[in-house]
Amino acid sequence: MRRLFQEKTTRNNTVTYLMVIAAYVLMQLLLSGGHISSALQGQLVPITAYIVMAVSLNLTVGVLGELSLGHAGFMSVGAFSGVIMSFLLESQIASPGLRLLLSMIIGAIVAGIFGFLIGIPVMRLQGDYLAIVTLAFGEIIKNVMNTIYIGLDAEGLKLSMSSSAALNLVEGGKTIINGPMGAVGIKKLSTFTAGFVLILITLFIVLNLINSRAGRAIMAVRDNKIAAESLGISVWRYRMMAFITSATLAGAAGALYALNYSTVIARKFDFNTSILVLVFVVLGGMGNIRGSIIAATILTVLPEVLRAFNDIRMLAYAVILILVMLARNNARLKRLFGQIKGIFTRQQAVVNIEEGGDSLD
Amino acid sequence: MAFLSYLISGISLGSIYAIIALGYTMVYGIAKMLNFAHGDVIMVGGYMAYMATTEFGWSPLPSTLFAMAVCTLLGVLIEQFAYKPLRRAPSLAVLITAIGVSYFLQNAALLLWSANPKSFTSVVPFGTLRLFDGRLIISGTAMFTIIICIVIIVGLSAIVHRTKVGKAMRAVSEDRDAAQLMGVSVNRTISTTFAIGSALAAIAGVLLSSAYPILMPTSGAMPGIKAFTAAVFGGIGSIPGAFLGGILLGIIEILGKAYISTQLSDAIVFAVLIIILLVKPTGLLGRKVLVKV
Repeated sequence: MRRLFQEKTTRNNTVTYLMVIAAYVLMQLLLSGGHISSALQGQLVPITAYIVMAVSLNLTVGVLGELSLGHAGFMSVGAFSGVIMSFLLESQIASPGLRLLLSMIIGAIVAGIFGFLIGIPVMRLQGDYLAIVTLAFGEIIKNVMNTIYIGLDAEGLKLSMSSSAALNLVEGGKTIINGPMGAVGIKKLSTFTAGFVLILITLFIVLNLINSRAGRAIMAVRDNKIAAESLGISVWRYRMMAFITSATLAGAAGALYALNYSTVIARKFDFNTSILVLVFVVLGGMGNIRGSIIAATILTVLPEVLRAFNDIRMLAYAVILILVMLARNNARLKRLFGQIKGIFTRQQAVVNIEEGGDSLD
Repeated sequence: MAFLSYLISGISLGSIYAIIALGYTMVYGIAKMLNFAHGDVIMVGGYMAYMATTEFGWSPLPSTLFAMAVCTLLGVLIEQFAYKPLRRAPSLAVLITAIGVSYFLQNAALLLWSANPKSFTSVVPFGTLRLFDGRLIISGTAMFTIIICIVIIVGLSAIVHRTKVGKAMRAVSEDRDAAQLMGVSVNRTISTTFAIGSALAAIAGVLLSSAYPILMPTSGAMPGIKAFTAAVFGGIGSIPGAFLGGILLGIIEILGKAYISTQLSDAIVFAVLIIILLVKPTGLLGRKVLVKV
């Protein structure tokens, strides 16, 4: 029985990897054939960044079972530290790919440190109170990022909280982060391929974590904290592990996202972005990594597809979101899908158990 | 004297937060859901009052009543169509649906009234008060808001503690299944809660637009988040908690703006929230949750 289970997870994970690779190859073929509209081409890197965001948030929400409403905060930290790094490296390293890689690593590390610092207070709380504190941290990060000025000149990095003039840059220096105007004059480094590689790395980290001893401990903590603790699992340690991993990956996604544009403002990474990523996770299914990838892709492309409706585009998006949530939780539809699945697999009991794990209580 | 006037404007802003937070906290206490669309009901209330005053030419009181009626209807409809089918669904599913409703309201408002800000005419009936030879100036809006907030709190406490509907609300919030067994109509009670919460949101919308007279489809979002924070601050599910949380949040925001930093006022508010929650993990007046093994 145990071997059967393990084989099933391996098979499942292989399908996920293959799906991502196939999608990448297909996109490359379509791109070289010129079948992709320029609007969609512009969406490719954001889609990969959002996929990484969704998969990493799924680690907190689905696997750890805690609602986080401030995931965009980590994206923001990663984005701005990645941008600063890319400026620092500009004169040192010629290869844009290497610069992007190092910037993403720095973005990930800085976001990971923030994840650790924020995790210390956050992981003491539970449920809705934990959710509101992550929201609060996200808002604080946005607010602070909106008021800092960072410049680079021959003397090195300079920081100010009042204005770009207060940076006192020497001749030839430039402002990197200009308060509410955000990071300006970024050299576009991100590519679709880089995003694809980041997705693979994210999948490798997250899927291996879930199927490891640590991952089982994290899920045990999610299902019953007291039972897990009485089995000798260090609740705090495993909660922190999941939270920090999630933050680190979000930081890398942030750097990837920011280095795709010439300007990035702090308000981009606000509560709405956190919510958007949460919607990907919930629609894709809690703890379902493949679902997160699919949901993130479809829901990022959907507004583009709905562009034909122009005015009522976002209204349609809202209606679709509500209807999908209603349909997903409709008992009659659920039973119907269960029966259809049962005809093919004759494993209705298994289906029901899997669906039962969909809650966050 | 400057401190006193900051304090009063803080209490006034806090009163608006408190009125919004009451809607959040009641819905949370009774339906056990975070109604993220609540902030957008405020915005709808603001627009309705705007329509009534400018387009129909009504006077302030009927306009406010009109806004309240529309929002009450809206709240009940939202509950019927979007939340009621999810009564037994996981809480996150309801949360995402609420976010969907929030997007819907914002974008519907965008279509109906466009993104151009509308300037709102204040509904406040009395003017500015000058005390101590004009050294302390209290705006009419501030006084009016505080008075309305007190009236609402007293009225709401009376409803919850003295009427049959209130008793049903308390019973449902305590134990939904047991209440149902005792003959309480759970669905009707939840609908009533949404109706009251949405009517309060309309009042908050009118007051907010009177104090900050610029109305946009996204006007409700930030006050909504702040009021939600206020509700958690005071202990979500607790009515006195929402009142206390709202007032304190308003005071912290205004004092932070005045004495520390204008741009960082939001960060200060949220930092205080985090500190409070670390000391009292269920908010100021929240009930302790017993962990059963």
